[in-house]
Amino acid sequence: MLFVPCPNCGPRNASDMSYGGEAHSRPDPKEASQKEWRTYLYLRDNPSGWLKENWYCSSGCRKHFQLERHTLTGELRNPPLPGSKTAGGGS
Amino acid sequence: MGKAKYSAAGLFIRGARKKTWPRVWREAEMKESYDVVIIGGGIHGLATAYYLAKNHGITNVAVVDKAYLGSGGSGRNTAIVRSNYLTPEGVAFYDRSLDLYNTMSIDLNINVMFSERGHMTLAHTDSALRTMNWRAEVNKLQDIDSSVIGPDEIKKLAPSLDVSSDSRYPILGALYHPPGGTIRHDAVVWGYARAADTLGVDLLQKTEVLDILCEGGEDEHGKGAGGKVTGVRTSRGNISAPIVVNCTAGWASQLSNMAGVRLPITTHPLQAAVTEPVKTFLPTVVVSGSLHVYVSQTDRGELVFGASVDPVATYDMRGTLEFTEELAGHVLELMPGISKMRLLRQWAGLCDMTPDYSPVMGPTQVDGYFVDVGWGTYGFKAGPVSGEQMALSIANNNFPELIAPFDLKRFTEGELVGEKGAAAVGH
Repeated sequence: MLFVPCPNCGPRNASDMSYGGEAHSRPDPKEASQKEWRTYLYLRDNPSGWLKENWYCSSGCRKHFQLERHTLTGELRNPPLPGSKTAGGGS
Repeated sequence: MGKAKYSAAGLFIRGARKKTWPRVWREAEMKESYDVVIIGGGIHGLATAYYLAKNHGITNVAVVDKAYLGSGGSGRNTAIVRSNYLTPEGVAFYDRSLDLYNTMSIDLNINVMFSERGHMTLAHTDSALRTMNWRAEVNKLQDIDSSVIGPDEIKKLAPSLDVSSDSRYPILGALYHPPGGTIRHDAVVWGYARAADTLGVDLLQKTEVLDILCEGGEDEHGKGAGGKVTGVRTSRGNISAPIVVNCTAGWASQLSNMAGVRLPITTHPLQAAVTEPVKTFLPTVVVSGSLHVYVSQTDRGELVFGASVDPVATYDMRGTLEFTEELAGHVLELMPGISKMRLLRQWAGLCDMTPDYSPVMGPTQVDGYFVDVGWGTYGFKAGPVSGEQMALSIANNNFPELIAPFDLKRFTEGELVGEKGAAAVGH
């Protein structure tokens, strides 16, 4: 099973987490046009390679965080540091 | 090239005379240009090619596949067909597919081993039973044979199921759909390939598409909205074509990005498994949405199990132990009597999931670039009708009535076709 490094709880089974899918920056709902908003909601890059994605530690500390994962090999890189929400620097 | 007609008499005569069978399809030479290039040599791609040639007389067509025909989802699915969907759009579409499957053995002159054995979707909770009743009523309105039955009738249809009220997930009822059943998926692939080849379609295996060539589009490479397709670059050289059709699964997003068309798809693997063969005891297809499992028995006696897609998006098709454990637990919950059966093997296939569990079909914002993608976990049962409707769409460059609801624009216009209630685990 995939071990997901939660910044607070450390590596845990992926089944302890909720998968949030591709991380994209959210447009401001007040400013965004309908097309921009729906593009953000539905359209995906879906790469076969490195992907920045959202995770939620649903049966642990309930923190939302981001992770970089390779969608073909399952490798992880730049795990978030304790206390931070986004994937670590550099790539 | 002459084709041998398949028949019982032919089998007997060839057997008696020790004659071998001829090649089923040609090893086609790749031409420099085609009228239509179809990417993906599975059921959808081959059916599209076949109906283009048969119904519309467009025979200058190539089907390209990076591996061999039927190597993707067409050879990995659990071969179940049904039409008891939830939305009127979905029901109309899948019912047409069942019609085509019904006469396929005669149309394509190949035995696809269609076994119309009935399809049962179990309900373990009140809310599931309510959805079943809803589905049954939607189905009846559209003239689909579908009804809700109680535990007694379930026991009669499939005596091996535990319908007692003291199990962890008691079986309260089921949506019973007699026209559902199973078909040999490889035969469908070979049937369409052979028929398309006979009509002059070139089947190009081991030919990977590296780029989709476009001009006039909005980005710096001429791709994206407003542009048009000029051909494809493959591992065996360029092919020029005014129409390119994406009939892939698993790689649909990557190919579509080559044309500058982003799709609402995430790719998840779905794992399946098969047991050792035993004497026939399970006469229908049994599905349980709550337990994430569906079971059918093949003519050889093996039990075929499938599940829902893995929760995390990945292109990795390795099997996992937790899948096997969970599957075994859930199957024994339904049929405690088979605890001594051994699993023979497990495998995975890639499923392109869309937000509304419905496919994406038809022309796109790039002129000449058509898609038939996002087929999630239900692509096999829709293969024939997708081919027929995509061929119609390509020949007329518009949306035929049956696939109009599945336009890519529905996502930016907010008109989703919500099939999750009937398609999430329902196979």
